[in-house]
Amino acid sequence: MKKKTRNIKVDYLARVEGEGALHIKIEDDKVSDVKLKIFEPPRFFEAFLRDRDFREAPDITARICGICPVAYQMSAVHAMENALGVKVDGPLRDLRRLIYCGEWIESHALHIYMLHAPDFLGYEDAIRMAKDHKDIVERGLKLKKTGNEIVALLGGREIHPINVRVGGFYKVFSKNDLEPLKENLKWARDAALETVRWTAKFPFQDFEQDYEFVALNHPTEYPFNEGRLVSSKGLDIDVAEYENYFEEEHVEHSNALHSVLKGGGSYFVGPMARFNLNFDRLSPMARQAAEEAGLKGACRNPFQSIIVRSVEVLYACDEALRILESYEKPERPYIEAEPKEGVGFSCTEAPRGILYHRYKIDGDGKILEAKIVPPTSQNQKTIENDLWNFVPKYMDLPQDKLTWQCEQAIRNYDPCISCATHFLKLDIERT
Amino acid sequence: MNVPDNTSLVVGVGNLYRSDDAVGILVARHLQELADPRLHILEHSGEGVSLMESWKGRDHVILVDAVSSDAPPGTLHCINAVEEPVPAKFLSCSSHNFGLAEAIEMSRALDQLPRRLQVFGIEGENFQPGERLSAKVEAILKKVIDKILQQVS
Repeated sequence: MKKKTRNIKVDYLARVEGEGALHIKIEDDKVSDVKLKIFEPPRFFEAFLRDRDFREAPDITARICGICPVAYQMSAVHAMENALGVKVDGPLRDLRRLIYCGEWIESHALHIYMLHAPDFLGYEDAIRMAKDHKDIVERGLKLKKTGNEIVALLGGREIHPINVRVGGFYKVFSKNDLEPLKENLKWARDAALETVRWTAKFPFQDFEQDYEFVALNHPTEYPFNEGRLVSSKGLDIDVAEYENYFEEEHVEHSNALHSVLKGGGSYFVGPMARFNLNFDRLSPMARQAAEEAGLKGACRNPFQSIIVRSVEVLYACDEALRILESYEKPERPYIEAEPKEGVGFSCTEAPRGILYHRYKIDGDGKILEAKIVPPTSQNQKTIENDLWNFVPKYMDLPQDKLTWQCEQAIRNYDPCISCATHFLKLDIERT
Repeated sequence: MNVPDNTSLVVGVGNLYRSDDAVGILVARHLQELADPRLHILEHSGEGVSLMESWKGRDHVILVDAVSSDAPPGTLHCINAVEEPVPAKFLSCSSHNFGLAEAIEMSRALDQLPRRLQVFGIEGENFQPGERLSAKVEAILKKVIDKILQQVS
C-alpha cells in the first residue's frame, strides 16, 4: 500500500518575538519529524565581549534583546560581582529587584495581551481583537506602560537602560523620586488581578506533560537575581555548577545549540517553572489569586501559562509596592569593584526563564571569555517535544487549523527568538 | 514623556549590532548632532507598545527604520502612515513581532495616530550580526536626513 504523507509548513511564525521556522512531517497519520529551526546563534555577542572591559558587559549584553535588556544587565552584573567577590545588598539590592519587577510587568503584559490572548479569543492578532475588545486591549497597554515607567526611571531611559552598573547603579534615587510610581502600580495591581480572573476563564486544551521544571529557588523570596538552581526532579545545585549539569547540543537542522540536562534531556524554564518551584514564595495576594484561578501550586499545562504569567504580573506589582514602602536611599550609588583575575557565574530569572552568564576576566578587568545561555534556547527541545506529543491529538483537523494549533503550542513559551537568534523562519509542513 | 509638543518627533528604530538594521539609529544620531530646535529625537529598539507611547499626543511623527523587501539595497521607501496601512512584512526585519507596523495599526484601531505620521524605510542588504552598514545603505544616509529636514521646514 502506498504510504500517505502529509507535511505541515508554516513559513512565518506569527506573534513570536522574532521569526521562527518549524517543520512537521506526518506519515501514515503518525508524526515522523519535528524540526524547530534556528539559523543564527548569539555567538556574535560572546565574541564581541572578548577583550572588552568588564564594566561594559551590562550595556553590551542589554542590546541582545529589546524586550528583556534588564535581564541581560542583571545576569552580567551578578556574574561580574561573583568574579570580583563583591556583594550588593540593602537598598541597592532592592532597587535591582524593583527594576526587574518593571521588566516582568512589561514583558508579560505584552505577551498576555498582544501576542497570546488572541489565540484563546479566536482572533488572528491583537489589532483585530482591539476592534471588539478596546477596553481590554487598553488595559493591557496601560499595564505594560506601568512596567515601562519603572524601567525608564531606574534604568535612566525606556529602551536599553543605561543606569545599571557592576556594583549597583550610576545614579540612585530618593524615596520621593520613586513616589510617583506608586499610584500607577496600585492601579496595575488591581488590573493584574483582573487579568488573572480574565485569563482563567479562557478555554484550554487538555495537555499536561511530565516536564522537568528548572528555576532559581531562594530561601525566602520569589526569585529574581539569587538562589540555587533547582528542578522538579530533584536537581539542587549552585549556579556555578550549571555547566556540570547542563550542556548545549549541536542540532543538525539548526545553527543554534539546544540546551539539555546531561543524561536527562529536555527541561522547562520560565514562569511555569518558577511558579511550580516557588509557589509558597509568592505574596499572599498572588498566591490567593492563583488558587482562585484553579492553580493550586502546580501547573503542567503550557496552554495555561497565560494564567501563570498573569499571576507573576500581580506578584511583580505587589513586590514593587512592597519595595517602595520600605525603601530608603542608599548611602552610595554603587560598591566599587576593583578588577581581579577570576571567573564569575550568574543565573537570573528573565521573564522567559533562567538566563545564564559566565565570564572569565584577567587582572586588568579584561574579558577573556564570555558564555551566554538565553532561556529560549533552553526551552527549544521542550517545545519540539510538545509538538511531537501534541500533533497526534489533533491529526484530524484541517491543515490551517492544525497549523494554527501548532503555532499556539509554540507561543505558550513566549519564545524570544531574538535572544536566541535574529531571524527564525517557522515552517510546519504536512503532505 | 515631558517634551515640548510643537516639535516634530523623529524616532530612529533599529539595532546597532545588526549591520544595516542600525540605520534608523544612525539617522537619529546624525540629526541629534544638528541640534535642530524643531526636532525631538529618540532612539528606539522597535518594541511596539513603547513606540505607541512615544508618539501619544504628538502632532507630527517621523519613523526611520531599516526595511527588508525585494527592492534594491539603499532604496528609500516613504509611507504616509495616516493615509495608508504599513505592510506588516515590509518592516518585519525588526526582531520583534509586535513591532513598528503593528504599533501603527494598533494605534489606528484605537484612534491614537498622530495627525501626521511618516515612515522612512531604508532597504537594507545585510542584517547579520555586525557593526557596519553596507555601502549602498551608507550612501543614502545624507539623502534621508535631508528629506527629514524638508518635512519640518
